[in-house]
Amino acid sequence: MRWLLWLPLALFALIIAVVMSGLIHPASTDIRSQLVGKPLPEFALPAGVPSHPPLAKADLRGGPRLINIFASWCLPCAVEAPQLMVLKRAGVVIDGIAIRDRPEDLAAFLARYGDPYSRIGSDANSRVQLALGSSGVPESFVVDGRGVIRLQHIGDIREENIPTILAAIEAAK
Amino acid sequence: MIAEAGLAALWLAAALALLQLGLGALALRGHAALGPAVRPVAVVQGALVALAFALLILVFLRSDMSVALVVENSHSAKPWLYKFAGTWGNHEGSMLMWVTILGLGGAAVALLERRLDQRTAIATLAAQAAIGLGFYAFLLFASNPFARISPAPADGHGLNPLLQDPGLAFHPPTLYLGYVGLSIAFSYAVGALITGQVGPTLARAMRPWVLGAWILLTLGITAGSYWAYYELGWGGWWFWDPVENASLMPWLAATALLHSVTVLATRAALRAWTVMLAVVAFSMSMIGTFLVRSGILTSVHAFAVDPRRGSFILVLLAIYIGGALALFALRASSVREGAPFEPVSREGALVINNLLFSAILGIVLTGTLYPLAVETMTGEKLSVGAPYFDATAGPLALALVVVMAAGPLLRWRRDELKALAVRLAIPAAVAIVAIAVVFLLLPVAGVLPRLGLIFAAGIAIASVAPLAGRNLRRTPLHIWGMVIAHFGIAVSLAGMASESAFTRETLVAARPGETLAVGPWSVRFVGVEPVAGPNWTAIRAKLEARRGDTLLTLAPEARMFNAPPTETTESAIATRPTGQLYTVLGKSDGDGRWQLRLWWKPMVTLIWAGGALVAIGGALALLGRLRRERRREAM
Repeated sequence: MRWLLWLPLALFALIIAVVMSGLIHPASTDIRSQLVGKPLPEFALPAGVPSHPPLAKADLRGGPRLINIFASWCLPCAVEAPQLMVLKRAGVVIDGIAIRDRPEDLAAFLARYGDPYSRIGSDANSRVQLALGSSGVPESFVVDGRGVIRLQHIGDIREENIPTILAAIEAAK
Repeated sequence: MIAEAGLAALWLAAALALLQLGLGALALRGHAALGPAVRPVAVVQGALVALAFALLILVFLRSDMSVALVVENSHSAKPWLYKFAGTWGNHEGSMLMWVTILGLGGAAVALLERRLDQRTAIATLAAQAAIGLGFYAFLLFASNPFARISPAPADGHGLNPLLQDPGLAFHPPTLYLGYVGLSIAFSYAVGALITGQVGPTLARAMRPWVLGAWILLTLGITAGSYWAYYELGWGGWWFWDPVENASLMPWLAATALLHSVTVLATRAALRAWTVMLAVVAFSMSMIGTFLVRSGILTSVHAFAVDPRRGSFILVLLAIYIGGALALFALRASSVREGAPFEPVSREGALVINNLLFSAILGIVLTGTLYPLAVETMTGEKLSVGAPYFDATAGPLALALVVVMAAGPLLRWRRDELKALAVRLAIPAAVAIVAIAVVFLLLPVAGVLPRLGLIFAAGIAIASVAPLAGRNLRRTPLHIWGMVIAHFGIAVSLAGMASESAFTRETLVAARPGETLAVGPWSVRFVGVEPVAGPNWTAIRAKLEARRGDTLLTLAPEARMFNAPPTETTESAIATRPTGQLYTVLGKSDGDGRWQLRLWWKPMVTLIWAGGALVAIGGALALLGRLRRERRREAM
């Protein structure tokens, strides 16, 4: 029975170990989509702006592409716009999913910050965004020719992220 | 100069804590002549740290923008009450408040403690100084509240607007006082382990502190629950949020300790267990404070994340708790066995009470730390919420209230089940009537709310049963305290069950002029108007709620604070004898419609009224015990 008296200390040591490791590896606040490595869910979105064709899962056949989740009301999306143009110039096909947006606002956004998109789907109630496992705007997914998600990028794409995304596109070919 | 004087006082207090520990250790190791010096040192230490804290308050009241802490957390345009409360509405200030209360607690023990033998008293004060020393080091080396900033900016960065609430002025101090009360119980336990004097005298010395701490924790949790209820605007009263759990865990341990300390004081039983609980109760306060302050748990109560400070507190925790538990493991086997008792007895019921409280504590601790453990091991993110806690802690809590009904009706040492059944006959009959009422008349959903209502009815009666056959005028105050506290639990349980069973909710986008229905009320949305406050602007809605002849006007707001820019919702709540109408104004859809959330919550106020009754019961018991002790001393 004597060893039982050490039990509280052992339990406490366990708690300290868990907490200590939690301190050493601060929790990342990103929540990854469960769908990375899995095919995209079925979806078919109406066109976000008259100037661009609509976006459906069936349109994604062919080569790898980048699906960019954005909105005209989202400030980081405007910040990330130049990097999307860089990716486009590097030959990446980019499709947009506009979240809770209006055609006239979208057109103004594209006119002001540049237009890297080949197709833009309008996700008026975030249903497709949620189905993709995205938790906010902007977010980008690298999808291969068979519709499988290869990479999820949370937050705006910065200059230093470009090589990672190009590599993922290359690997998905 | 004020800030420098504060820092100097803090250094002096730290030096005295070191002296107090050193003198205590020497006195226990044979230099008994040094013993009498320990108490005065403890008193002066308490006075100096209180001075440091008073000076920090002064710096905040004067909006001295050359002090970094004031710049970060205050603003000259803030109402004075919030400047005052802002002193501890931040990390450094709240830690200084912590050690201040710790130092004053030690001084109080030095002045008041006369029951214990000299050696145990010295060991207790030395342990209290050791705890203080760690936190002084933390303040002086890792979070100096008096640090200057140069050049001094013109004005400060404000205070988190969510915290700009009168509740803030009293919530943290209440909880801290509770935690420090438990630190004294901890020091008593450590002192008694060192000298081996674990017995009824220790329990009687410890009891007022445990009781006082427990009253304050009860008030703190009750007030915190109400604060979250009306301030967050989510309509719930308990979210199983890590910060709430952090305040609940010490309360659970303290409640168990409160009951086991009674067994030790009255019957000299449960010796090692009581000492263990005293260690656990304060450990839970420190672990709770650490989890909240280090920011390693994600919570609605966002505090600054700083891994360096977190590591510092964690090391302190490991030393104090680990040290005390190691001491327990080494010395507990030398603690004498207590007086024997039969399973069916007051002691037996209190043992079950302790086991159930410990089990609930284990459940809450596991649920709070589980996401952290999983993320550490697998990198996977998950959150543990109400479904886990309700399903695991709920049934145990109901079992606990059954024991609560029976325990006070049992005799010490041994009793008969048959006799207990007779004493419980009336409460059981009431519960049976309640079963019939709940199942036949009320459209209640869910097992727990139904059981909650039934049990509440039964224990409301059972809790006053100990008064049966007594001369009420001659009933000791601590018995009244117990009865009222137990009755308060029944009241609170009734409120919780009623809230979850009968709440009606309406969530709509409405245009001015529309009339909405929620429960028995019809609510007319009159319109919105802009209003301006001292450091915020707001959109205020006007709602007219009608039920029969009653007409109420409610004005929920959506507020925008300007420093720092933050939006908050100010719910408007109308309290009626039968419940609360809770209204929240959301966003405009830009099309002339506004989001409105309306709840009708029957009997919800009983939750906090019950909490207040529990605390009042505790206060009566404390008063009764203290009077009794004084009479004993006089004899």
